[in-house]
Amino acid sequence: MRRPSAPAFLAGLAVAALAALALGLALGAAPLAPGALLAALGGRGDPTAVAILWSLRAPRVALGFVVGGVLAVAGAGLQALVRNPLADPYLLGLSGGAGLGAVLAIAAGVASAWALPAAAFAGALLAVAVVYRLGLVAGGGLDSRVLLLAGVVVGAFAGALLAGVLAVSEAAQVRTATLWLMGSLGGVAWPGVLALAAYSAPAVAVLLAEARNLNLLALGEEPAQHLGADVARTKRRVYVAASLLAAASVAAAGMIGFVGLVVPHAVRLVRGHDHRFLLPASFVLGGTFLVVADTVARTLFAPLELPVGVVTAVVGVPIFAVLLKRWTSR
Amino acid sequence: MDEPVIPGRGEPGAGGAKDGSGAGSLSSGAVISGQGASGPVFELHGATVRYAAGTPAVEGVSLAVLRGECVAVVGPNGAGKTTLLRALLGLVPCVEGRALTLGREAREWPRDALARAVGVVAQREEPAFPITVREAVEMGRYPHLGAWRGLGAADRAAVERAMARADVAALAGRWVATLSGGEWQRVRIARALAQEPAGLVLDEPTASLDLRHEMELFELVAGLVRRDRLAALVVSHHINVAARFADRLVLLAGGRVVADDAPALVLEPDRLRAVFGWPVSVHRLPDGSPQVHAERRPGIPNGGVS
Repeated sequence: MRRPSAPAFLAGLAVAALAALALGLALGAAPLAPGALLAALGGRGDPTAVAILWSLRAPRVALGFVVGGVLAVAGAGLQALVRNPLADPYLLGLSGGAGLGAVLAIAAGVASAWALPAAAFAGALLAVAVVYRLGLVAGGGLDSRVLLLAGVVVGAFAGALLAGVLAVSEAAQVRTATLWLMGSLGGVAWPGVLALAAYSAPAVAVLLAEARNLNLLALGEEPAQHLGADVARTKRRVYVAASLLAAASVAAAGMIGFVGLVVPHAVRLVRGHDHRFLLPASFVLGGTFLVVADTVARTLFAPLELPVGVVTAVVGVPIFAVLLKRWTSR
Repeated sequence: MDEPVIPGRGEPGAGGAKDGSGAGSLSSGAVISGQGASGPVFELHGATVRYAAGTPAVEGVSLAVLRGECVAVVGPNGAGKTTLLRALLGLVPCVEGRALTLGREAREWPRDALARAVGVVAQREEPAFPITVREAVEMGRYPHLGAWRGLGAADRAAVERAMARADVAALAGRWVATLSGGEWQRVRIARALAQEPAGLVLDEPTASLDLRHEMELFELVAGLVRRDRLAALVVSHHINVAARFADRLVLLAGGRVVADDAPALVLEPDRLRAVFGWPVSVHRLPDGSPQVHAERRPGIPNGGVS
C-alpha cells in the first residue's frame, strides 16, 4: 500500500477540519447561508443569527472538536500502551466508572449542569485508580495484560451496579440517564469548553512527549528498553494521561464511542505508526469526525436530536469494517 | 551524561582480532566513558543476581568482553545465561559484585545513553503494528534523537550504512511481517548497528533459523567483530556454531562459570557430560574447531530403524 506524503495528508486533514467546522456552524434547526454565517462570525447582521452562532453553535462545535480530538489521542496512546489495536479509551474500566457516577447523580436528583459531569468525572477517576492499582505488579511496573483484565472486570462491576440503580429508578430518570450514557454535546457554554481545553492541554503534551517511546513500545517492552525507552516510566505516564483525558471527555459529553477506536486506526492505516505524526493527526481527525457526527445528529431529525454516540457508532462501524478489510487484504 | 565522545576506532583489542579496514566503521560515534575507552566493553565482577528470595540465578560470575572480541555464553537450560545478559544490560540488579558497561555500572546508565553504547538483539520481539524495514532500522537512531528531533543527514547515513552492512538494503520498503526469519534477524542487527554501539548483545539469535541462515548470521557477527571492532556477546544453545565463530566460550552451569577460554579448551567431553548430564563426544574439524556430538545411550530402541 502506498502512503500519501505527510504534507499532502496534512493539507487534506486541514481542509476537512475547516469544512467540518464551517458545516457545524452553518447547519442546524435554523441553517445559515454562507454570507449570513460570515457576517454573524464577524458579529454583524441579524442579531438572532449572531446569538445562535456565538452562544449556541460555536461552543458546541468547539466542544465537539476538543472531545473528539482528546478521545482519539487517548485511544492512540492506549492502543500503543497495551499493544493492541482494538483498545479504546473506555476499555480500561473508565466508561463503567463514569456511567455509574452519572447515574448515581441522576438517581439522587442532583443532575444539574455541573453536578452531572462532576459525578461522572469522579466515577471515572475512581475506576482509573482501581485499575491502575490492580495493574501494578511486583517491582512497581504496570503490566499491560493485567491492566486490560482489570479494566474489563472493573467496568463489568460498575456496569452491574449501574444496571441495578437504573432498575430501581423512576422512568424519567432512566430516560435522562440513557440519553446521557449515549453521549451529547448539547447544553454547553464557553466556560465548560475552555475548562476542558485547559485541562486537556497538559495531558496531550505528556502523550506527545512520549511519541517516540510509544513507537518503540509497539516492538515489545524488552526491545523498547534496549532502544533507549524508560518503559516503566512511559507506561505510567501514558496510562495516567490517556485516562485523565478520557475521563474528562466522558464528564463533558457522555459516552461517545468509536472515535477513540476508529480514528487512530484510520490514521495508522493511511500514514503508518509514527506517533509523532499519529497523535496530532488523530487529534485533528477525531475532532473533525465528532463535529460532523454532531452536525448530523442535530439536523437529521430536527428539531429532534439523536444522541451523538449513536451517529459515531453508525458511521464509525462501517468505516472501521472497510479499513479492517483493506488492512488484512494488503 | 557528559562523557567525552571519542571518535573513530578503539585501541587494538585482544582476542585474535585481525586487521579492521577503516572504511565504513560502524563503531564511530559511540559514547565511550573515559575509563571504558581502553577497558572492556562488558564486564562482570563476581556478579550475583537473585530473583525474589530463591537461590541465585547467577552467582559470583566474572567475565570481560573487549572490543574486537566475540564471546559466546553456552550452557544448559536454566544455567543463568539470560540472567547474565539482563545484569549486563542493567535490567536486574546485582545483589553482590558489579556489572559494568564501558566501565560504568550498568544500572547507572540512563536507558538512552546505554542504547548509544550497546545494541541488543533480544530473544523475543513481535511488532504489534505494521512497520517497514526502513522504519525499523531508523528506530536505531532514536537514542541519538530524543523525543521529537527528526532524522538528520548523519542519521540517514548511519541508517544506510547499517542496512548495507547487514545486507538488508534491498528489503528497505518491505513490511517486517513479510520477512523470513533470517531476514528479520538481519534487520534487527541492522537496527542495532544504526545505534552505532561499541558492543552488541545477541540472545539466541539463531534459535529459529535453518543452517544456511544460521551460518550467514554468525558470519555477519564475526565480520562486525573483526572489521568494525565491536565487542559481541552471544548467548546460544548452538554450541557447535558458537565454537566455530567465537573467540571464547563461557560455559555456564547452575549460575556459575564452569569454564571461560578458547573453544578447544572449554569443550572437554568429561566437563560437558557433567554440565549437561548427557554423554557426549568431541570431534575436531579440519580447521581445528571442536564439535560436540550428543551420544545415543545404549539399550534405547530406535523407533523402527535397526
